Amino acid sequence: MRGVWIIAAALLALGSGLGASERVVSGLSQNRVAITANFDGSEILVFGAVGREAPAPVEDGPLDVIVEVTGPSNPVTVRRKERVLGIWANRDAVDVNLAPSFYSLATTGPLDEVISPAEQLRYGVGTDQVVRVAGPPPEVADTSSFTDALVRIRTRDGLYSESGEGVELTEETLFRTDIALPANLVEGDYRTRIFLARGGEVVDVSERVIAVRKSGLERWIYNLAHEQPLLYGLLSLAVALLAGWGASEAFRLLRR
Amino acid sequence: MQIYLPIAEVSVNAFLLLGLGGIVGVLSGMFGVGGGFLMTPLLFFIGIPPAVAVATEANQIVASSFSGVLAHFKRRTVDFKMGGVLLIGGLAGAALGVQLFKALKEIGQVELLVSLCYVVFLGVIGTLMFIESLNAIRRSKRPGPPPKRTRHTWVHGLPLKMRFRASNLYISAIPPVMVGFVVGILAAIMGVGGGFIMVPAMIYLLGMPTKVVVGTSLFQIIFVTAFTTLMHATQNYTVDMALAVLLLLGGVVGAQIGTRIGIKLKAEQLRILLALMVLAVCGKLLFDLVVTPSELYTLGSGGH
Repeated sequence: MRGVWIIAAALLALGSGLGASERVVSGLSQNRVAITANFDGSEILVFGAVGREAPAPVEDGPLDVIVEVTGPSNPVTVRRKERVLGIWANRDAVDVNLAPSFYSLATTGPLDEVISPAEQLRYGVGTDQVVRVAGPPPEVADTSSFTDALVRIRTRDGLYSESGEGVELTEETLFRTDIALPANLVEGDYRTRIFLARGGEVVDVSERVIAVRKSGLERWIYNLAHEQPLLYGLLSLAVALLAGWGASEAFRLLRR
Repeated sequence: MQIYLPIAEVSVNAFLLLGLGGIVGVLSGMFGVGGGFLMTPLLFFIGIPPAVAVATEANQIVASSFSGVLAHFKRRTVDFKMGGVLLIGGLAGAALGVQLFKALKEIGQVELLVSLCYVVFLGVIGTLMFIESLNAIRRSKRPGPPPKRTRHTWVHGLPLKMRFRASNLYISAIPPVMVGFVVGILAAIMGVGGGFIMVPAMIYLLGMPTKVVVGTSLFQIIFVTAFTTLMHATQNYTVDMALAVLLLLGGVVGAQIGTRIGIKLKAEQLRILLALMVLAVCGKLLFDLVVTPSELYTLGSGGH
């Protein structure tokens, strides 16, 4: 862990002497995540420092750090069950146009205290902002209960998380947080934004990308399935027939 | 040991999959059913996306059925001619079924209709088989005049008669083609091989001897599910090879064990056990439909 602090200090030295009064300088323990066959989740350390050329403007309020990681977004249909003739069936549905497959928000305090609602809106921070419905069908009045359900289900699956104490800030200068990536991760570019806020106002933003990619056998199977579907299908059948025959032969030998 | 499935994009325990494959494989070998009607709901339950579960299960059934049918080849308990006739209907039915599945998915009711299909078919078939087997067991215990071997029903009055030597039948080709067709549709929609419908249909509708029913059912299931696998792989890209391999490793071993257990049991016992299992799955699905779910909302991929 000491190595991390050394890198952070080096970054600090680099960052100082540039324009803005307070700047964020950040680093990631890794900017690539390889999904291999035995991938069981991963943890990424986001760290950094606050660079200043003048003394900290403490009169503007306390300094806070917000670390946000957003996975690739896909449209989702949320359906609600209702009892129809004694059976629970899907009735109302809401298309959520924007919902990240993964969303992690770590802050140095409760979100509404570290960043004002206006700034949350402006930068699109928080699950209320990232999970949105564009044109709700008029027959469904309470679309918010559908987006709430989406956030609830994904939080339960470990895909969404909001932590008011996730970021450790030392001496208003050095910060670090661990982002837990679950095993059921989707491939894509994970946008990482690090906000520096003083008194609820965003002072500086630093943006990075974590590339999550399948690799090895996983990559090969996925590519084959999408690029040569017929060959892939035939290969799957060949594997199935071979396994069936193999087991049959093995048992025949065993019985002798 | 966790393993990440490349197509399903979820991480699951490899031993859980091997175990599930094994248990379902034993049942497959015992009863000549693919076991899909158990496996597909189980895969949903452990978090595999339904589209991947249905497609991959078809691939796995190919393996367990092939493994099972080899044992039947050796004992000459496969009626190839009957299997071929059933298959003509089966392939046509499966092609239609895949299209139906797509249409249902678009209106967001596929799960409900699949569940209702299960409840209705499993309920009716399970009850009929249970009553029949109970009667058969009672008859065998009480010595008396044996039941009439050949029943003459409407099935025997149709044209296009064919001789099926292995089944000792001389019947029209129309009923087997129709049975194959209906089972093919259901197989594609429900993500099953269709053995649990095929086996009773062969016994009660076509009047085939129980001896050849299991082998013939497995024989035609191989082709129908192979066809379904290819359709899903080329149209939906939902066949997960890693998932299939784990399931079938357990499955093929299980099927071999199951076939050997099946030989030791009497036909009536076999049927009553299958009937009970069918009824149990039916009851569970009905319960899930009626009881208030803990989470009323479900997530589906975007667009209706």
